[in-house]
Amino acid sequence: MEQIIENIKKQFTLSDVTTAHGTYITCEKKDTVSLLTYLKDVEGFKHLVLITAVDWIEDNKFQLTYLLNSPKLKTELGVRTFIERSVWPEESEMQSAHHLWPAAKTYQRELHEMFGIDFPGSPEINDPLILEWWDDIPPYRRDFDTKKYSEETYYPREGRSTNDPSDYMKDQLYPREGEKNA
Amino acid sequence: MDGFSYNKILFAALTIFFTINYGLILQGIIGKIYARVGRRIGIRLFQPYFNIIRQWATRSAISHGVMYYLGPVFRFTGGAGILIFTPLILDAPLFNSFTYAGDVVLVSYFIFLGTLGMALGGGEAGHPYSAIAVTRGLAQTAAFEISLMLAIYSIAVQYNTISITEIIRAQQGGVLNWTLFTNPIATAAAMLAFLGSMMRSPFDVVLAPQEIPVGPPTEYQSQFLAMLMTNRTIFPVAKTVLYVNLFFGGVALYDSYLLTFVVFFLKTFFVYLWSVFVGVSFPRFRVDQSIRFFIKWPLLIGVIAVVAANIRY
Amino acid sequence: MAKMNYKKRWADLEKRIVVSPEGEEFEVDPMQDYFCDAKPRVHPPNKIAPLEKFANWCRAESIYILGFGTGCGAIEMRPLSSAMYDAYRFGVNWRATPRQATVFVIGGYASVKTMKRIVRSYEQMQGPKFVLGLCSCTINGGMYWDSYNTVNRLDHYIPVDVYITGCMPRPEALLDAIDQLKKRIKSGRAEGQNKYAENFEWYKANQKKIIKNWDMPDYSW
Repeated sequence: MEQIIENIKKQFTLSDVTTAHGTYITCEKKDTVSLLTYLKDVEGFKHLVLITAVDWIEDNKFQLTYLLNSPKLKTELGVRTFIERSVWPEESEMQSAHHLWPAAKTYQRELHEMFGIDFPGSPEINDPLILEWWDDIPPYRRDFDTKKYSEETYYPREGRSTNDPSDYMKDQLYPREGEKNA
Repeated sequence: MDGFSYNKILFAALTIFFTINYGLILQGIIGKIYARVGRRIGIRLFQPYFNIIRQWATRSAISHGVMYYLGPVFRFTGGAGILIFTPLILDAPLFNSFTYAGDVVLVSYFIFLGTLGMALGGGEAGHPYSAIAVTRGLAQTAAFEISLMLAIYSIAVQYNTISITEIIRAQQGGVLNWTLFTNPIATAAAMLAFLGSMMRSPFDVVLAPQEIPVGPPTEYQSQFLAMLMTNRTIFPVAKTVLYVNLFFGGVALYDSYLLTFVVFFLKTFFVYLWSVFVGVSFPRFRVDQSIRFFIKWPLLIGVIAVVAANIRY
Repeated sequence: MAKMNYKKRWADLEKRIVVSPEGEEFEVDPMQDYFCDAKPRVHPPNKIAPLEKFANWCRAESIYILGFGTGCGAIEMRPLSSAMYDAYRFGVNWRATPRQATVFVIGGYASVKTMKRIVRSYEQMQGPKFVLGLCSCTINGGMYWDSYNTVNRLDHYIPVDVYITGCMPRPEALLDAIDQLKKRIKSGRAEGQNKYAENFEWYKANQKKIIKNWDMPDYSW
C-alpha cells in the first residue's frame, strides 16, 4: 500500500493521507477523475464500491469520497476530495466519473438528489431516483430540518413520548439506584 | 343422435352444474394432496367454494371493451363445449346431451377455443404481460395439441369412426378392450399431451398464478375472473372425461346408479391424478423447454401410433 | 453553477399536443392526467341481509393478499406461505396483480415514492377491499417518525381496517391480524372501500400534499 501511495505522489499532489481506519487519500478537485483513472487502469482498483458525500456546513465544503476496491490486492482505498458548497438553490458541481464505472451514474444521481451536487454529462442525472418531485432543500444538506418538515407534512400522531436513552436504560437496569437518587 | 328436444338443454345445464361441483371438490382434494406432499396442512376441502363465491360477489368491476367481455365467455364455451358434446356416462340420457357422429373433431377444437378467446380478451386489456403470456400459452397449446391430434387420429383409424359414443361402445366388454391395451402407443402420446393441457407443474409457467406475469388473465378481475375460475373448475374435469372416454373405456351405465357413479369418480379421479403425480414431482419447465419436450417425444410416439394403426387396421 | 430548474428536469411533462397513430390530435397534460381524480362510486352492501352476510362470510374465508411488499415488514409476510405457518389453511392466498387481490398488507414504512404506488394499487383493487397496516410505521411512523420521506399516519391516505403493532411483528401476529380482519368482515364493519369513496376529497387532498406528481419513471410501465 505504501508503494502505491508513493507512486501516486509522484504524479499527484495529495494534501492528506490517513491510515487509521483503512487508507484514505485526499486530493484536489481538478485531479480527482484523473487520479481515479490512474488507480483503475494502472494500480488495479477495478471496482467502485461507492461514492458518498459529507456536508461540512461550517467550512462551507462538501467532501466527496470515492471508495475503490482492488480484487487483486484484496484491499480498499478511499479517495477524498473537497468541493465548494453552494447555497441552495445553486448547485455544486463536480466532474462525472461514469465513463470509468457505469455504476457511478446511480451514485451521482443520488448525490444530485440528496445533496444538490451536479455532475454535468452524467447520464440521467436529472431524473428522479428516490425523491420524486422534491421541491425543497435537498434533504441530506444539514441546513434542512427534517423533523420540522416531517411535522409540517406528515400529520404526526399524538401521544408519542421520548426518553433520554442513557437515563432510561439506567432506570431500567438499576431501578433502586434511581430511587436512592430521587 | 336422435331428434332434438328441449329437455336436452336442461340436461346440459344440469351436466354443467354437476361438473362445477365435482370440479370444486376435486380442486380441494388436489390442493390437499399438493399441500401434504409439501408437508403442509393445506387448504380446507371447501376452500374453492369460498373463492368462487367471493369472486362472484365482488361489488365493482372494470371493463376494457367488447372483446374483454368475450374472452371469459369464449373460455367458458371451450370448457362447457367439451362437456356438452362428450358423453359423461354412456347411454345415460342426463349426461349424454348433444353427442353426434363427428364430435371428436368438434371437441378437439373446443380444447383450443378457450386459449384463443383469452388471446383476444387479454389483448384488449392492453397489458404487455397478458400479451406475452397468451403468446406463450398458444405456443405451448399448439405443441401438445399435435401429439394429441395424432393419437386421436390413430384411434379414429383403429375404430374406423370419429364419434365418441362409437369409440366408447367399441371398448366395452372387458378391461382388455380399452384403448389403453389395444393401442398403447396412442395412449402414451395422448397421456403426455394430457400433462400439458392440465396446467400443472412441469408445464404451468403460462398460468403460474403467483408469479409476476399472472398469465393471460393479468387484467381480469371481479366477475370476469369469476367466469374464468368457473371454467378452471370444469375444464380439467371435461378433459379428463374425454380422456376416460377415448382411452379408458368410458363409463357405461350399470344396473345400479351408485355403481355407475363410483366407476365414473374412480376413473376420472385416477386419470386426473396422473397429472397431479407428475405435477408434485417435477419442477416447472420454461416455455421453450416444454415446447421442445412436446415436439420431441410425444410427437415421435404419436407418429409411431399413426403409422402402426394404419398398418394394423 | 447551474440553477436547478424543475421545468427543465422534467421537460416531457409539459402540456402538449400529441398525434395518435390514427392521426387524431389530442392534448396531453401529464401533470393533470396522472392524478387519479375520478371519483369512485359508493357500492352499498346488498339490501338482502342474509345474502350479504353469506357473501361476507365467503369474503372473510377467502383472502387474496396482494403480493406487494411495501417496506421491511413484507419479509414477515413471506414465511406465512411456508410449511411452518401455512396460511393457506386459513384461506389466505397471494395474487400478483392488484385487480385480483382483496387484502392489501402495507408492510411497514411507506415512503412518499412507495405511497404513490400504494395509492395506485389500492385504487385498482376491486370489490370490498381491506387494508392491513403491518408494523408501527403505519400507525405513527415508528422509528422513521421524523424522516423527511416517510408517511406518519397511513390512515390519512387510505382507509385501514386492522393495525398490527411491533417492529417487527412476528408472522404469528400477522396471522392473528388476519383473524381479526375476518371477524371484522363477518360483522359487516369492514367497509373501507365505501369510506374511501365517501371521503374521497379529503384522502385525495392529503395524497396530493405529499405526492407532487403522479408521473412514473419509464421502467414502471
